Amino acid sequence: MNAITPTSAISAELPEAAPLNLSRRGFVGGVGALVLGISLPGGSARAQGAAAAIVPGTRVRAFLEIRPDSSVLFRSPFIEGGQGIFTAMAQIVGEELDVEPSKFVVEGAPPGRDYLLIGGGRFTGGSMSVRRSYETMRKLGASARQMLLQAAATRLGVPVSSLSTQPGRVVHAASGRAVAYGEIAEAAAGLPVPANVPLRRPVDFRWIGKPVPRLDVRDKSTGKIRYAIDLKLEGMLHAAVQHAGRLGLEPSAFANEAEVRAMPGVHSIHRLPGAVAVLATSWWRARRAVETLQVTWTETSPGSVRVMPADFSSEAHMAKLKAMPGQGVAFETVGDAARAFDRARTVVEATYDAPYLAHAQLEPPSALAHWSQDGTLELWLPNQAPEMFQADAAKVAGIAPEKVIIHSPPLGGFFGRHFLYQTANPYPQAIALAKAVGRPVKLIWSREEEFLRDALRPMSVARFRAGLDADGLPIALQAVTVTEGPTGRWFGRQPDKVDSSTVEGIAGKVYAIPNRRVGQIHVDDPAILGFWRSVGHSMNDFFYETFFDEMADVGRHDPYELRLRLLAASPRHKALLEAVADLAGGWRRGPFAAADGSRRARGVAMASPFGSEVATIAEVSLRDGEVIVHDVWVAIDPGSIVNPAVIESQVNSAVALGLSSALLEEVVYEKGMPRARNYDGYPILSPDKMPKVHVRIVESGAPMGGIGEPGLPGVPPAVANAVSVLAGKRIRSLPLSKIDLKGSQG
Amino acid sequence: MELSINGSKHQVEVEPDTPLLWVLRDELGLTGTKYGCGLAQCGACTVLIDGQATRSCVTPVESVAAAQITTIEAIASDVVGQKVVEAWVTHQVPQCGYCQSGQVMAATALLKQSPQPSDADIASAMVNLCRCGTYNAIAAAVRHAARA
Repeated sequence: MNAITPTSAISAELPEAAPLNLSRRGFVGGVGALVLGISLPGGSARAQGAAAAIVPGTRVRAFLEIRPDSSVLFRSPFIEGGQGIFTAMAQIVGEELDVEPSKFVVEGAPPGRDYLLIGGGRFTGGSMSVRRSYETMRKLGASARQMLLQAAATRLGVPVSSLSTQPGRVVHAASGRAVAYGEIAEAAAGLPVPANVPLRRPVDFRWIGKPVPRLDVRDKSTGKIRYAIDLKLEGMLHAAVQHAGRLGLEPSAFANEAEVRAMPGVHSIHRLPGAVAVLATSWWRARRAVETLQVTWTETSPGSVRVMPADFSSEAHMAKLKAMPGQGVAFETVGDAARAFDRARTVVEATYDAPYLAHAQLEPPSALAHWSQDGTLELWLPNQAPEMFQADAAKVAGIAPEKVIIHSPPLGGFFGRHFLYQTANPYPQAIALAKAVGRPVKLIWSREEEFLRDALRPMSVARFRAGLDADGLPIALQAVTVTEGPTGRWFGRQPDKVDSSTVEGIAGKVYAIPNRRVGQIHVDDPAILGFWRSVGHSMNDFFYETFFDEMADVGRHDPYELRLRLLAASPRHKALLEAVADLAGGWRRGPFAAADGSRRARGVAMASPFGSEVATIAEVSLRDGEVIVHDVWVAIDPGSIVNPAVIESQVNSAVALGLSSALLEEVVYEKGMPRARNYDGYPILSPDKMPKVHVRIVESGAPMGGIGEPGLPGVPPAVANAVSVLAGKRIRSLPLSKIDLKGSQG
Repeated sequence: MELSINGSKHQVEVEPDTPLLWVLRDELGLTGTKYGCGLAQCGACTVLIDGQATRSCVTPVESVAAAQITTIEAIASDVVGQKVVEAWVTHQVPQCGYCQSGQVMAATALLKQSPQPSDADIASAMVNLCRCGTYNAIAAAVRHAARA
């Protein structure tokens, strides 16, 4: 609301356009006051005692500012990167506040205790945003509405019980009078936040559950949206870097420093940890200069930084993973798998693997750093976790966290790319460079530097062993993954415990197999590991669901029928599997001849990622050894939903990324360095490879699950299972592009 | 060097081999055109040069000194561009949005050349990369814009 102490003064300075499009005047001119003011409700500049009293998600004024024209500025705890979260927030809050979602302007909230809605912390990831904040955001909207009603009662001199609301205004039916929210917002903001406000009944929802258009689509269709890479400050210098080809080396001598210094627009040359930088008057000049610089790279003293061994190769690391013996540390144990094998008639064994993956989001990483004269540091940077970046930037800068002001612009794709990954984030470099020259610095990593320093989806091996009874039904299953997970890497690993991100998708399966053991063998990975859309599920569901088809084949069962049979006691999953088959016009495995004469097959897979349930069918043919995916059908049950259009978009997107990984993607390391440095060497899914995607949303009423990631994990196994039918051999390794299918009939 | 961009003349002082992309972004503040790969792989930098979809990241600025350059910033003042934008909104095409300036420019160039493109025309013209996988929505929106 617009009457909060500092913001009433500041809101007048807010550009008239949406804050997503900070006007040049507002951005360049008003940096200090504007930004500090907005960061105040977050509490970072307040006393610790006051901050500790804040219950996240309850202080209306930290989130909402109702403007005189009754439009609403909402500060989102979650960052927008294409997943539609800003629109979802507007739907949820607007539903209870009684403001149309289209009247919302949403921006990423600054760091602050008010926004710590994910288990006492804050990040945008794990497909958690809506499901973890849904009730809180409804209550917030309802509380604000109650405050507006109270303010209107005072204004009109009538009992609050005689008032109601219509979108954007309070109505006194008896007298026919109405007051726009914008007229009473200031008075309402001074009222206490009520407790225990009633919430709207779901049957009365107007926007929750509806395909409300996303708020940012027009700006994104006209080039008006501004990402971190687009921002500019007065007096700013542009920075480009050249990293050591191999992580851990440090720059020593420059062979041609004078030549580079004399290049057009060059301001200065800098040594950074593991990199060199050039500052110049434009990024192109900076880049050309830094890439001209001839640098001698030298080994560092042991233990000082993470060093990639000079002889490291992904091929050798894969061989190492495959050679690790044993069953590892148990994560999930049901029944007694070891003993059940004694009763098994047949044993099925297979070893699977999946490669490192890059995020390859289209917006290269950047960071804009500005040191103010008062010693505060302002940063604009793509990030999925403002408080974590604030804390780390403070450490890097050697100042207190409250002296670091973090701005979180819309993300040009993220997929897990923008968490804290040590050497994979540009902002420490930008902070150092801005400090060194006493001017704002915008650093952009070239696409080549991004491929060199991205945090990778780990490589993994999974060994399976299943025992089938006389009817060909699985009675025992042992699985062990051999890998290191990103969760353990960045949030602490206990040697006697399994990092759940290494087994999710293999553990937690719903099929009725009475004896199971799932474990992990940890192997240190020298690469910088990261979270990649759907994390462990991105490969573990491929491992499990393709092995499932191997069990079915050996046991002489149709893989769809066997799944149905093993889900007999789980109505939610059985119904979902039947739903996807129905969506696909019925299950048939093939091979069969399609109308265009191609020989096709279908594969099916189930997944239980991020609180949602998903069933996927893919229809595939082979042409000259190339895999053609024609259709993908996805039935998704997130329990209950906020925006079906966003879900359909997210499933399309997850199918594209899952298919891209299954068909094409693999980061290859040789001699401690990645071989590919751009999309020419690391192809991602192109439009000609995009299948038709058919989505059915099932609302089972189960607790709300995630949306951004769950559509992905079922795609690689559904495709691989279909390819196996056509190729007549099992697919146990990704990507498919490296498997010779030329001899297989198309 | 004088450039003709979105119907206006602009004076820029840059090395002649500077890619047009960086002249637009850093010299002229036209940041709607995006840097994605720098190698003409992704198409995020697509602009129109005399009406042709062109990847500005590999286009030396000196080569377009005599040309009419159109960027996403002028899309709303172009009749075909307007149709494309409206179709993009109707079909809710963008997700993260980063590639969409280039996609909209590519679609506009296509429809200027082939007002009624076949599916094959669309497939051969709309080749820019999108990591969010909005390809089906893009194709649907192009078909929609052609009908509009």
